[in-house]
Amino acid sequence: MSTRLTSTRSTSTRSTDLRTRTLRTVPVIVLAGSLALAGCGTDDSAGAATPSGSSGTSTVGATGATTELITVSDAWAKTADKGMTAVYATLRNTTDKPMTIVSAKTSASGRSELHEMAMVDGQMVMRPKKGGFVLPAKATHELKPGGDHIMVLDLTKPVKPGQEVGVDLTLDNKTVISFTALAKETSAGEEKYMTEAP
Amino acid sequence: MTGRSDQSAKPSGPAPSRRSVLLGGAAGAVGAASLGAAGWLAVRDGLGVGDSAGGSLAAASFGAQTVTFHGTHQPGIATPAQAHAAFIALDLRKGQGVEPVRRWLQLLTSDAARLMSGRVPLASEDREIAALPARLTVTVGFGPGLFDAIDRGDQCPDVIRALPAFATDRLRPEWSGGDLLLQVCSDEPQSLAFASRWLVRDSREFATVRWSQRGFTRAKGTEPDAATPRNLFGQRDGTINPRGAAELDTAVWSRSPDWLVGGSMLVLRRIAMDLEAWDDLGRPAREFALARRMSDGAPTSGGSEFDEPDLKRLDAQGLPVVDPSAHAVVAKAQNPAEVMLRRGYSYDDPPARDGSPNSGLIFAAYQADAATAFVPVQRRLAEKDALNTWITHIGSATFAVPPGCPEGGYLGQQLLEG
Repeated sequence: MSTRLTSTRSTSTRSTDLRTRTLRTVPVIVLAGSLALAGCGTDDSAGAATPSGSSGTSTVGATGATTELITVSDAWAKTADKGMTAVYATLRNTTDKPMTIVSAKTSASGRSELHEMAMVDGQMVMRPKKGGFVLPAKATHELKPGGDHIMVLDLTKPVKPGQEVGVDLTLDNKTVISFTALAKETSAGEEKYMTEAP
Repeated sequence: MTGRSDQSAKPSGPAPSRRSVLLGGAAGAVGAASLGAAGWLAVRDGLGVGDSAGGSLAAASFGAQTVTFHGTHQPGIATPAQAHAAFIALDLRKGQGVEPVRRWLQLLTSDAARLMSGRVPLASEDREIAALPARLTVTVGFGPGLFDAIDRGDQCPDVIRALPAFATDRLRPEWSGGDLLLQVCSDEPQSLAFASRWLVRDSREFATVRWSQRGFTRAKGTEPDAATPRNLFGQRDGTINPRGAAELDTAVWSRSPDWLVGGSMLVLRRIAMDLEAWDDLGRPAREFALARRMSDGAPTSGGSEFDEPDLKRLDAQGLPVVDPSAHAVVAKAQNPAEVMLRRGYSYDDPPARDGSPNSGLIFAAYQADAATAFVPVQRRLAEKDALNTWITHIGSATFAVPPGCPEGGYLGQQLLEG
């Protein structure tokens, strides 16, 4: 069963809703960045992507004394009025071990899924990714339109251009990676949605 | 022409390593292997450029040069003027209050920081274009309408809200005003076009385009960078600009109101030039109108470019060599508060059907306080500048230019959250 993902571009509005925005997650990034620097001084990959403004690199280490680190850069979200949207980012596993992201949660809704794109019956569809996103050791994993992405479902309110969406990714070892994604309007990555994992 | 300060552009260094640093910094795998060291060296060897020709080497590699975005001041002001500029004025859509304006400024900040460092804006995949910013800078200014929209009208300096009218003004609405200005500059037009397009794309939700002006100065490498560029009159334009950090501090960076400390005020004028009348004037008359020689910009009374015209000097007939109403005399600052930084860009729009030119100067004047700098200088010029015969101010817009933003901040944060 597949349903079409509506175009966020065409349904986007110019709301005059003056609700206060959600910049509160920014300190998380800053804290995360310093954690990475402190905990991973010899790893040059943390500095590879230059931190920049609200959407820059963020790095989060595991809570406690573990050395597992995933750096997050180029995080952004598609704007949407209602329904669903997606979050994209570049994730880099800086450790010597593979890591798996098993779930995602965002400030935009109570329900998110880890999705992949796949060719089914000659059509590109997106569907939940079985087993989550596996990040091989020392490898970069790009979440982007037309590829793996974080699907945000059941939006409770619009995701507006320039808004920051807080994102938590949970690893199989229960570590949570937090970052913010800047919302931008795009019509990229709108394919059919297959709700069931194969 | 602009201050020869040390701010901004990083030295180009050996091209291969710069490129690999830049491209390596872009997140993810970047498909730019064609610009690797081997390929670049092949190009260099093909041109017969040896190590002794360091100048050519640097000229070939300026595409990868970047200017720092984050800092005390916005880039694109003290930055030595790039070859190409776009000035884009936008008007807020109805009903945009502080919350949407903040989102807009966050998008512009994100785009500017990424583009200037050679990275694509979020949601773009054109990494190869973005990887060659060629000293791209993005500078944002606020017009009166933006202050009103966010209910901070009291924070708009009076001179920005209402620049006095001048007797010689022939201002047209299509080149005047605006709630927000984007000044985008680069040494390379592809970079400029890409950046401008994304900045406007990310503005569409919030604003409409009021006007857009494109300008140029001499292409990179045409003359030594330090030489004052020429405008379409052929004159060296910008000779009396402040130079160095100390002069810029006094002349360019605002000290009030609080939110504007470290920012600046921009008066942007579109000045049409009657080039055909100028053609027919002859060099002696041109030099008399300017009080400077066409050849090297030196005063007609003698000396070199950076000397001032000597009003007391008499010619063989006992007449003053320098006309007191000559441009260089009248435009000169009469006191330190009148000093401003001129970033002039020529425009050369398509000629009219009858072949008459449509050319002139986009005159961007940055100053700590336009009320003490541009206003008195322009008042004097309007009254008696000899050049008024051949120039007409046809557009005018004023903007308060917020200070630079630190990493993690956004442009205008001091105003919106102050």
